Amino acid sequence: MLAILLAFPLFLILVVLQSAIVSATPLLQGTADLILLTIVAWTLQEQVQVHWQWTIIGCIVLGFISKSPLVIILFAYLAVTAIVAIARKKLWKVPYLAMWAMTLIGTVIVQVITLLGRWLEGADIPFLQAFNLILLPSLMLNLLLAAPVLALVHDLANWLYPQEMEV
Amino acid sequence: MKNHPTSPLKIIVISLAVIGIIALALGGYLTPVSRIVLKPLINAQTWLATRYQAIQSYILEPADVSTLRQRNTDLEAEIARLQVEIIELQQQVNETQVLSTLVDYARSRPENKYIAAAVIGRDPSPFFHYVIINRGSDDGLRSGMPAVTQQGLVGQIDSVTAGAARVQLINDPASLINVVLQQTTTDAVLVGSITGELLLEMIPQEVLVQPGELVVTSGLGGNYPPNLVIGQVSTIRRRDYDLFQNASVQSAVSFTQLEIVLVIVNFLPVDITPLIPTAEVP
Repeated sequence: MLAILLAFPLFLILVVLQSAIVSATPLLQGTADLILLTIVAWTLQEQVQVHWQWTIIGCIVLGFISKSPLVIILFAYLAVTAIVAIARKKLWKVPYLAMWAMTLIGTVIVQVITLLGRWLEGADIPFLQAFNLILLPSLMLNLLLAAPVLALVHDLANWLYPQEMEV
Repeated sequence: MKNHPTSPLKIIVISLAVIGIIALALGGYLTPVSRIVLKPLINAQTWLATRYQAIQSYILEPADVSTLRQRNTDLEAEIARLQVEIIELQQQVNETQVLSTLVDYARSRPENKYIAAAVIGRDPSPFFHYVIINRGSDDGLRSGMPAVTQQGLVGQIDSVTAGAARVQLINDPASLINVVLQQTTTDAVLVGSITGELLLEMIPQEVLVQPGELVVTSGLGGNYPPNLVIGQVSTIRRRDYDLFQNASVQSAVSFTQLEIVLVIVNFLPVDITPLIPTAEVP
């Protein structure tokens, strides 16, 4: 319950940081996505059980600020959470490698779904331009930030869910 | 002990000797003698004084160093405080300059009423060219009101909350604005793009558009007031087999440097949807 309550202020702070600083410092047209990185890192934590709730809270908070429709945001981030949850259970146990791989997949999913949403809205965005100017730079920035975000989220998860020592 | 009485002759001899020595000294005749006598004395005193000063400074210096260090720390703190103050004042000067220019702009167009708002954020998704401003419905802002700077048109308010509003920039890929080329008085449509570039579309082929031509809003469609500056034509793309020619526009506004915008509060877009003819179903 504490973890769910903590998600609201945490995502509020992250969205404010994202909107005020991260989105104002683009690489070409791409920007890092702190919300995505936090959701991926949180879902990768083995002891965490409330990752779905965190994703939904993150999406709702993001929906307040972003022009992107809430349905699109929810669809994109829940899809990423589902993939990360599967990867956590069935794939490897190397946290940083998993984080980078999931960041790569998550960025592509979120950006492609957002692009589809804009196409449905009627915006004329050539795919190649979106790929070169937004997707690739965003991916690079996300991969750069993945490791520090994972470290911070790992500490937070350990604080919220203290692991028992095996004797 | 015997007391020898002092004879006047003795006194006279001694006095003469003293006067003679003084006279010799005044005449400079005793200088070599005094140099020989005083030099060892001066050397000894110098040696003693140097050692004494060394010992004195050894004893007293730690206190001075700690005082100096404390003073140095205080001064460094003072410098840091003053530097912060300078930065704050510089920011205030910059803001004042921007506001002053905006006030000049507002004065030059007395037909409009403006509310100044600071840009406090951008849309988290890079696919959306929107900014968030710190004024909302409590300040009289409504959806559809245009936002400008002293350079020209910035965009249009897309949605409003009590204390903030989201502005769609004119370079958003979904933005469409009816514009007019000022010299040729030709109507065209301005669209945004994902690169942030502004493109002019629907320019008739027969019109001779020149680079540098000013682009302003036409007011057609009722979404924007007329004659708001957008930018200048930079390059023209004309192909004979196309129905229309295109051009790119160099925006007058730097969208990456937006800090303060003016919202025109006495303009609301006109809903012309009921006037658009629809295909009648037989």
